[in-house]
Amino acid sequence: MANFDHDDAPPNSAAPPAAASSSDALGYDPNFVPDSVKSFVVHLYRHIREKNVYEIHQMYETSFQTLSERLFKDTPWPSVDAVAHYVDNDHVFCLLYREMWFRHLYARLSPTLKQRIDSWDNYCSLFQVVLHGVVNMQLPNQWLWDMVDEFVYQFQSFCQYRAKMKNKTEQEIALLTQFDQAWNVYGVLNFLQALVEKSMIVQILEQEKEGLEQFTSTDGYDYNGGSNVLKVLGYFSMVGLLRVHCLLGDYHTGLKCLQPIDISQQGVYTSVIGSHITTIYHYGFANLMLRRYVEAIREFNKILLYIYKTKQYHQKSPQYEQILKKNEQMYALLAICLSLCPQVKLVEETVNSQLREKYGEKMIRMQRYDDEAFAIYDELFSYACPKFITPSAPSFEEPLVNYNQDAYRLQLKLFLYEVKQQQLLSGVRTFLKVYSTISLGKLANYMEVDEPTLRTILMTYKHKTHAVDGDGKIISNADLDFYIDDDMIHVVESRPAKRYGDYFLRQIVKLEGVINDVDRIKLE
Amino acid sequence: MGREVVQPPQQQQQQQQTVPYTVEQLVAVNPYNPDILPDLENYVNEQVSSQTYSLDANLCLLRLYQFEPERMSTQIVARILVKALMAMPAPDFSLCLFLIPERVQMEEQFKTLIVLSHYLETGRFRQFWDEAAKSRHIVEAVPGFEQAIQAYAIHVLSLTYQKVPRPVLAEAINIEGLSLDKFLEHQVANCGWILEKGHGRGQLIVLPRSEFNHPELKKNNADGIPFDHIARIFPILG
Repeated sequence: MANFDHDDAPPNSAAPPAAASSSDALGYDPNFVPDSVKSFVVHLYRHIREKNVYEIHQMYETSFQTLSERLFKDTPWPSVDAVAHYVDNDHVFCLLYREMWFRHLYARLSPTLKQRIDSWDNYCSLFQVVLHGVVNMQLPNQWLWDMVDEFVYQFQSFCQYRAKMKNKTEQEIALLTQFDQAWNVYGVLNFLQALVEKSMIVQILEQEKEGLEQFTSTDGYDYNGGSNVLKVLGYFSMVGLLRVHCLLGDYHTGLKCLQPIDISQQGVYTSVIGSHITTIYHYGFANLMLRRYVEAIREFNKILLYIYKTKQYHQKSPQYEQILKKNEQMYALLAICLSLCPQVKLVEETVNSQLREKYGEKMIRMQRYDDEAFAIYDELFSYACPKFITPSAPSFEEPLVNYNQDAYRLQLKLFLYEVKQQQLLSGVRTFLKVYSTISLGKLANYMEVDEPTLRTILMTYKHKTHAVDGDGKIISNADLDFYIDDDMIHVVESRPAKRYGDYFLRQIVKLEGVINDVDRIKLE
Repeated sequence: MGREVVQPPQQQQQQQQTVPYTVEQLVAVNPYNPDILPDLENYVNEQVSSQTYSLDANLCLLRLYQFEPERMSTQIVARILVKALMAMPAPDFSLCLFLIPERVQMEEQFKTLIVLSHYLETGRFRQFWDEAAKSRHIVEAVPGFEQAIQAYAIHVLSLTYQKVPRPVLAEAINIEGLSLDKFLEHQVANCGWILEKGHGRGQLIVLPRSEFNHPELKKNNADGIPFDHIARIFPILG
């Protein structure tokens, strides 16, 4: 069910709202409630009231999926009005039901503009209840993540839809003007921000560090009868904000929003695979755009290894396809990072061999910095980047043109501009690798440039390989170090700093695990 | 709809708020509020005149422009970009460009700034100073511009050189002759620079040692283990 970044367009969604009638054609009666659905809502409602997280999770992940597959492959679920009386007309349950209803619709059919607006209204009501009402539920992390994820997805989808102005009917334009608050970017950001603030999640994480609070150790659940909903929604909203800011091209602010979560460690964000992947994908991408390649490489490497080792467990999950897609995209991003910053030693052997298999040949060509190389950078970036959006509404008076590609084109152009600025660095690297000292004159000669130009290339190398981190500290991304003394270049190969400490720490924990396992074995 | 979630400060309130709240705080408390746009614009001008800088506030303003392009002031955007250039080596200039629509970037003054940034990004200081001289109207409107770029040039030189020939330094910071002597004197007294004689050919400047121009300095810290990592396995060791 979790559509953590399902593709924008099921093939027919580009077509104008004619799709709406297709469900009628299939004989969809929103008021017909099959027995299995009746039993589904009754049980789900009961489990929610009884705070049986395990059962809720089962029904949410499995039963909903099975029923959708069996009964609602091409039609929406029964309308909320049709099921409401089975669940005491419970207001909050109905909001949750509708949220799933729309999610299913977005994933399997193409929403009409009216449905997009209705879904927005439903999120407003749902979040208002969470923010202002006293919600007394305990919901599975998976579900709460899916809510935030889907909320951001639908926002992105709406912006893409609105930007395709060319084929809009008069009726659609009238609706867009009338409901101009629906999926308004301020509204979206303020909801996420309000969830973060109201949940006090930043303070909770802060206090947890001092041992005054439990959150990560209980996976965000509350075992004292309280509700986890606001807290965990607030937590995931930080990831949601990171994603929205990346979609807007605001990488600095995106990373800032994520800062309360320490991604060097396990956390609630790793408890749901979709959240784990979304977090690292956007974190890595933002760092790539900020030229902090080493940081991006490290995190991509970790998550790719993790996916490699665990993907077999997700094979039956509805998210499996999405996991594979993000996996491929992150390999492409890793190929970009390593081409700009060839620190292969940061990449684990398994990940590296996967990477070579997928992009080995392209990566060799990317080193060349000719037109073909740029074409590959372009191709990989376009394939792997987030679906950038233009957040502002169009002017409805001007001639209607599509502008859904504008945001993407700008980010691509600026990225390629950066690649161009670095185009001479791989040449310099090749030479510096084989010398321990070389005079400027000699190197200039080899590179077929004059000495002043060589000096600028060497300074560019230094500048581009030394990023500024969040606190203004200079961090080196250099695979190869050198310094110039007058007109002599001295090369210092940065030796692979073996992290024995890390290695031993990991082995100690592993050994402890083995000993525990052995202890558990009872011999007859 | 969603906008109502966070109460925008009322116009009158804002008057009172200027006393207790700094703009920085406004941004921190209410980063997605269109009502703070005029405050942020004023704040850009204040940064220009008082030679201060806030990337967060400026990105916040560019974000609001991005949400409501009809409210954009290109004059303010230009000032933000000049300030961002001055923040090099930080990538602020790109961060700003990511948020500015392409059609705006096509304007002449922005094209110039983009070229200037390109020269700085690729270490071509000679071209940079030549180009900057042609665009005095843009860069001279912002006090401290020259000094900021000189500081960046010195930063890059210090990453690259242990000893830099005088003409190379002169070109990078665009100071020559007597003024350069004076400048060097100041740096020797305050920043640990040392002047040396090159082999017959004029002056060499020894730049302060750092792990970047003396790579051997950084090796030691590679195998340290942060305390909290050890702390995590205490229960096992115990």
